[in-house]
Amino acid sequence: MLRFLTRRTLGAVLTLFLISAVTYFMFFAIPQDPALLACGKNCTPDALKVIHTNLGLDQPVAVQFWHYMVGIFAGRDLPVGECAAPCFGISFDSGQPVWDTIIDRLPLTLSLSAGGLVVFLVVGLGLGMLAAWKKGTKVDKTVSSASLVLSSLQIYFLGPVVLGIFVYSTGWLDKPKYVPLTESFSGWFMGLLIPWLVMSVIFTAQYTRMSRSSMIEQLQEEHVKAARAKGMTSRFVFFRYAWRGSLIPIVTIIGMDMGALFGGAMVTELTFGLAGVGRLARDSVVLKDLPLTMGVLIFSAAFILLFNVIVDAAYAFIDPRVRLS
Amino acid sequence: MAKQAAGLSPGQLMWRRFKRDRTGVISACIVLFFFAVAILAPVISMLYGKDAYTLYGQDNLDLLDEFNMPTGGAGGISADHWFGIEPNLGRDVFMQLVYGMRTSIYTALAATVLMVVIGVFMGLVGGYFGGKIDYWVGRLTDFLLGFPSQLFFIASMPVVVAAFVRPDEETPTTLRAIAIIIVLSFLGWMGLSRLIRAETLTLREREFIEAARISGASPSRIIRKELMPNIITPVLVQATLLLPSTILSVAFLSFVGVGFVEPTPDWGRMFAIGADIYEQDPVYMLFPGVAMVVFVVAFNLLGDSVRDAFDPKSGR
Repeated sequence: MLRFLTRRTLGAVLTLFLISAVTYFMFFAIPQDPALLACGKNCTPDALKVIHTNLGLDQPVAVQFWHYMVGIFAGRDLPVGECAAPCFGISFDSGQPVWDTIIDRLPLTLSLSAGGLVVFLVVGLGLGMLAAWKKGTKVDKTVSSASLVLSSLQIYFLGPVVLGIFVYSTGWLDKPKYVPLTESFSGWFMGLLIPWLVMSVIFTAQYTRMSRSSMIEQLQEEHVKAARAKGMTSRFVFFRYAWRGSLIPIVTIIGMDMGALFGGAMVTELTFGLAGVGRLARDSVVLKDLPLTMGVLIFSAAFILLFNVIVDAAYAFIDPRVRLS
Repeated sequence: MAKQAAGLSPGQLMWRRFKRDRTGVISACIVLFFFAVAILAPVISMLYGKDAYTLYGQDNLDLLDEFNMPTGGAGGISADHWFGIEPNLGRDVFMQLVYGMRTSIYTALAATVLMVVIGVFMGLVGGYFGGKIDYWVGRLTDFLLGFPSQLFFIASMPVVVAAFVRPDEETPTTLRAIAIIIVLSFLGWMGLSRLIRAETLTLREREFIEAARISGASPSRIIRKELMPNIITPVLVQATLLLPSTILSVAFLSFVGVGFVEPTPDWGRMFAIGADIYEQDPVYMLFPGVAMVVFVVAFNLLGDSVRDAFDPKSGR
């Protein structure tokens, strides 16, 4: 078990390093002059020179990358200012250290992703199990076709429609906003309720379908049949035997969907005008704020990979076969 | 006289099964309709008498009120402007949608073709040659699957654009489209490649491949003439499933603001405009939104039907 996790963690660290390297070289090596890219349309030679020195562009790309990597762990003294320990550079646009900006925006994105995750797992797995339980009946058919339509909805379409119904026309809910959890639980919950529901929709359908088919498959397994045959109640067999087995493929998919979840959070933030990491990423790209884009990219990749390792651990926990192989 | 039992090719069998699947046929018709609209956009524009660029609201001051919102309620729908008028700029929504779909569908089609080509190539090479090559193709696939894809899409868009155009120049629409296609297909081929690799691994051990190898056929010939015809089914099925998700990715880029930009009409950008002005003019969003839902639902159903027709065992 420990060896399995160590191997996975090492793999994740290596992947993260490679992702950082690829993005770094892509951003700083492909365009003839990244300073020009950062400088934009109204570039003056003076501004160009400043960016040049700030980026340390007179050095070879590999050396720059080395400095960047060391800076993440040891901090750097950049011409534009001091940059403390986890140094991802300093934003062109705001002059703030990238790390601080990300940490500042992180709680919102985390709340959004975690809440969305909970909603789509509970609703998706619940509906999928219900459909499998009532396989072939009207309930099953309704759930299946509803999930097909839901999966074709998009956050940026559904979001405004939901806002229109529940906020603008009826006034039942307030416009989504972010209140830190530490300030007020109800404010946090009510403020993010609409974004959670809207965001979860795109994933719910997929998980409904998956948990349904996985559950049906499990119910046909020998050990489940044997449990039924020796007289255990269907309820007990359904939850204790089949459900646990059906989770295995689903847990794998959750790990793979982490990137998509982050993407979903980004679209949700943009749809509802919330200022999280996803929005930061978009704005940094539009403003050509290279250090910020790099920082968000590496940071998110690290987060997604970390979550993948956690999911792998959960996977090994559910399925003993993984531990042994 | 009894009709002689004629052998049917897998394609004919598939067509037979597909024709009997009512859902499949209906969704195929809907999908074809959307494609027809995309291809015939200029003809529709000619018959309709309007285009996607003219600012009708600015020429005819009755169309927009003092807040630049369409007059007459319901988004300014009228006999002249079937789907209403776009707020602020005052363009024709129907034409925006028709040309927007054209942009999105063409871009997504090209990206999907590229993904399929790369995916099939990588999968075949990895699966057929095995050993070290397979190992490295596998590692590359895993590595790219670890990328936070949507974030990477938006982050790499300006970089890819900058590889073609100097930052102080305007980017032509075709170059933007090419950049979108490159970015999307770069991270879009891995699923297909894995599938093809698995298929190839089982096919490789079959007698007919062995026979071809013994008869002295070159690897490239075996891949082209022996393996390719046998993997065409999963490729087709995957491609029909890949296209709608690619269209959504193109829309995502434009919605976020790094894909197609003004004045190119684009499906995804209509959502960005719609979200902006939804409180004042909710009708505007309805047309691109409903069109996209119908399109994606039809396409997903079509994908399921194609899979069932090719492989009746798979079931749902």
